[in-house]
Amino acid sequence: MSTVIHPGPAPGARQLILNGIFAENPVFRLALSLCPAVAVTTTVLNGLLLGVAVLFVQVLSSVTVTLAKRLIHPRVRIPVYTVIIAVWVSAIDMSLAAFAPALYAQVGLYVKLIVAFAIIISRLEVFASRQPLVPTFFDGLGMGLGFLLALLMIGAFRELLGSGSFAGIPLVPGKPLLFFALPAGGFFSIALLMALFNWIERRNQGGRAGPAKSAGGHGV
Amino acid sequence: MSGTPAPRPPFVVTPGPHLRTSESTAGIMWWVNAALLPTTAWGVWVFGPPALEVILGAVAGAVGAEALANRLMKQRLTVKNGSAVCTGLLLALTLPPLVPWWAALIGGVFAILFGKMIFGGLGYNLFNPAMIGRAFMMASFPVAMTIGWSIPRAWYSRLEAITTATPLGVMREHDLQAALHLIGGPEGWFRLLIGLRPGSIGEVSVVLILLGALVLLARGIIRLYAPLGVFFGLALMTSFSGAAWLHMLSGGVWLAAFFMATDYVTAPVTRPGQLVFGVLIGLLTGLIRMWGGYPEGICFAILIANAMVPALDLWFRPGRVQTAGAPS
Repeated sequence: MSTVIHPGPAPGARQLILNGIFAENPVFRLALSLCPAVAVTTTVLNGLLLGVAVLFVQVLSSVTVTLAKRLIHPRVRIPVYTVIIAVWVSAIDMSLAAFAPALYAQVGLYVKLIVAFAIIISRLEVFASRQPLVPTFFDGLGMGLGFLLALLMIGAFRELLGSGSFAGIPLVPGKPLLFFALPAGGFFSIALLMALFNWIERRNQGGRAGPAKSAGGHGV
Repeated sequence: MSGTPAPRPPFVVTPGPHLRTSESTAGIMWWVNAALLPTTAWGVWVFGPPALEVILGAVAGAVGAEALANRLMKQRLTVKNGSAVCTGLLLALTLPPLVPWWAALIGGVFAILFGKMIFGGLGYNLFNPAMIGRAFMMASFPVAMTIGWSIPRAWYSRLEAITTATPLGVMREHDLQAALHLIGGPEGWFRLLIGLRPGSIGEVSVVLILLGALVLLARGIIRLYAPLGVFFGLALMTSFSGAAWLHMLSGGVWLAAFFMATDYVTAPVTRPGQLVFGVLIGLLTGLIRMWGGYPEGICFAILIANAMVPALDLWFRPGRVQTAGAPS
């Protein structure tokens, strides 16, 4: 499943947000931006910080692009999108460094890398550059929330299993399964949660949709 | 009852294969398990009750996980074919004897779930499940997996256990002299052969591993190509180190060469492929032992070589059957 192109009239706000969280979840459904999803999610708080940063960058970049889309020549649109994203990433980066310095020290590098996150530029290309302001805002919001929730889930899973704590509060002594705190364990965690998403979707589609949709699961 | 039975047709038309043998997956797997028994018993005898706990834990974890996965995946129960027992046993035999039993149990569960069942079950797995379990344990319990070695037969003197280092570990930390001292001087090769040395539960006795391997060879269950490749590769790699014989006789080479490099599922199909596969394992093992981060590298060597198997199967395809007079 590749990213769905949205040429026609956009659906309602509620549906756009749910679409970002479930049907087109950036991590579990589109499998985009997996590198940061593995790298920063050793704890819930790291995931939260990067997720919030991505949420803001996604919404602000989407809105900027949809407002400026008539001024952007199609041939240079990708560099222009990148510059727009870079502007917002710089703003968020400096804000985080000012207001959450302790957390920023741990994930600062990845906040800067948001410029290159596939999910953001793909939403600009397939949605924001074709749709009016209001749906674009809600699409950005949905995608950002989807990414944020995915990072929170992966972070909680890995922190619980890998470090035996939640949000920095130790729950059990020692480290139960250190494996899940390591990068390889990050990929396993994403795979497990992706399987959970597939399973939920298949159950929900159980009687209604045909086998073609539900049998496929996730494909990149 | 209802008159005369219908006359038998003169021919029975069935699709192939027509040649049948009494050999089955379950039969082969239980033979492999039986062939592992001598070295398993030796491990328990040398390292005492803790080793038995580790073995039981790993086997219980593997079998339980397989039964659970069968139920979840709505398959028929495949526990009885012995492959889960084999995975659990092989995993346990590569573990240090003083690893906690619950860690071995988790390792067994992970080996089956993520090494085998997630690919669809026996026959579909890309990697050796036991080695997946061991790699997972090395990542998850690094301390227990590094210091859990025991002096052979320490439990006879009513001590719980005396921790020590393995010959390869000592060679890595110090030098060859210290390793020789640990196994009892230059004549220590005899202790290495019979298995009176610190090491993983099932890897210490070369002679008993060989005994099991001979049974499998005699029954035609395994072939020598991959094991010979492993020995050749490792000898080649370590021949410059000045302690080739120590490398060849310690660590898990013998167990891995005969019982893991010969796994039907995760090794190449053709003989040349198996030979190259074995050499690759040997070379990688020597590479990791001498220049890598771990004292023993055969676990990762097998996993890396497993990843090469699809390519080896492609490169070393069986030749076309040539018959006299057939157009080629």
